[in-house]
Amino acid sequence: MSAGFAQRAIQLAFLILAGGAWYALTQARVVSPLFLPPPQAVYATLTRLLATPQFWSAVQVTLTTIAKAYGIAIVSGVFVGYLITRSRFWTDVLEPVIAGLFTIPITLFFPLFILFFGIGPASKVAYGATYGFFPIALNTIAGLAHADERYLRAARSMGASGFDTFRHVLLPGALPVLLTGLRVGFFICFASVLGGEALSSIAGVGRNIALSAELMESARMYAWIAFVICTAVTLNFLMTFIENRAASYEAAER
Amino acid sequence: MTVGDTLIAPQASVNPAISIRNVTQRFAPAGGADGVLALDNVSLDIAPGEFVCLLGPSGCGKSTLLNIVGGLFKPSSGEVTVAGRRVDGAPHPDEIAFVFQESTLFPWYTIIENFRIALKFQGAPKSERDDRAMEALQAVGMAGFARHYPSQLSIGMRQRVNLARGICVRTNILLMVEPFAALDEQSRMVLGEDLSILLAKTGKTIVFVTHSLAEAVFLSDRIVVMTARPGRIKTIVNVNEPHPRAPDFMLEPRFGEMRNDLFALLRDEIRQAMALQRDPLKVRA
Repeated sequence: MSAGFAQRAIQLAFLILAGGAWYALTQARVVSPLFLPPPQAVYATLTRLLATPQFWSAVQVTLTTIAKAYGIAIVSGVFVGYLITRSRFWTDVLEPVIAGLFTIPITLFFPLFILFFGIGPASKVAYGATYGFFPIALNTIAGLAHADERYLRAARSMGASGFDTFRHVLLPGALPVLLTGLRVGFFICFASVLGGEALSSIAGVGRNIALSAELMESARMYAWIAFVICTAVTLNFLMTFIENRAASYEAAER
Repeated sequence: MTVGDTLIAPQASVNPAISIRNVTQRFAPAGGADGVLALDNVSLDIAPGEFVCLLGPSGCGKSTLLNIVGGLFKPSSGEVTVAGRRVDGAPHPDEIAFVFQESTLFPWYTIIENFRIALKFQGAPKSERDDRAMEALQAVGMAGFARHYPSQLSIGMRQRVNLARGICVRTNILLMVEPFAALDEQSRMVLGEDLSILLAKTGKTIVFVTHSLAEAVFLSDRIVVMTARPGRIKTIVNVNEPHPRAPDFMLEPRFGEMRNDLFALLRDEIRQAMALQRDPLKVRA
């Protein structure tokens, strides 16, 4: 408890230190406000932005795109992972293939996504879903393929059906690893959609950040970025909380 | 028949609870050779309500035999009948329950949830599940831990609960694979005593695999001594002592004698098993 408190205090101290350095650098005019506007200017721009309907419509576009991409990534990743782990043979064949594909920077193929799906949100959905698919599929495979043989045998001896075994033995056993995959997959989706929007799009948060940069409106750009960071941190807290709750039996073991 | 008498032939009974006929198990080899002969032509009848121990050196196929009886493996040849039904590599959860060596309680469920799941898998009506679970937990003195996770219990408590789960499904037959192996000697003696009392009450037929000579003598009606690989029945020892058995039984001279006799029977087999471990290809003809 007290060790946890000390860790939090140090993390908070780093945050305050970074903010203080930002403030000091801009006050001392070491860096041009064109590259790094002072924090108070960014804050003022952000509060102004939050009051505009354009801001919220951009946020809505981006969140919808992320939700669609993530939804597709979850369904395809878990489904493919489940199918592959039905057979030891196919797990051994395909797991390294998927892991290998994941090392390719899919960003290189981003122009192809624009070519196939256009400049609208559809290309970002496809791009985010493709990127998010890999960690989710890989963790699903890791969780399901390494199910404890003892539990499977016990379930079989009790007369469990295939679905019962999946629902009560395979899935709960794989859940901690699976949820980590879902969390990692989410942030990869999140980053891919925003990155894709910044690279080439007509609307969304990423598009607004890129546009502000192009127009040299750095305070506006940082205001958008600050909003993205806050959203990411909040979502990370939320997902870590869910992850820990779902794997509480493991926590009890420690 | 006096205590400690040995029987060479399997005892035939009118209506056996379990009938094992000429079961042979050969494990498929990796490289096209003959494979490993784990069990060689084993035949055994087990009467209803009987407590039978399978005793033998490591790798003699006693666990394999139990898995075949429970329908987890299909034997290479031979057949097993349970309550007149042929077991052919398919579990019969309404008739047979397993209690495994290590606690196989699912760590993601609480104790009561584990019991509900076992009963659900077996197909017990939903309305009965909680009552049956609590009854079995009470029988092993663990009713107060229903809402705990397995990881919150000690190994001994977990094994008690594991045993109760095997009882709550109310099968006629209980197959136990070294259920107390993970426990220290005192705990296994106390748990063995509890088991004897519990089973005298329920009248279940039990087949029990163990390495412990004392456990075998203390619990069994009959002890099936097996040879080193390939597993065959070397001899069967009868223990004539009514259930439930009191700890005093262990202090009687005949208890020690029986244990020594069993060890004498096993010693050669254990040496043979060790030789096999050093040189797996050297199989006795």
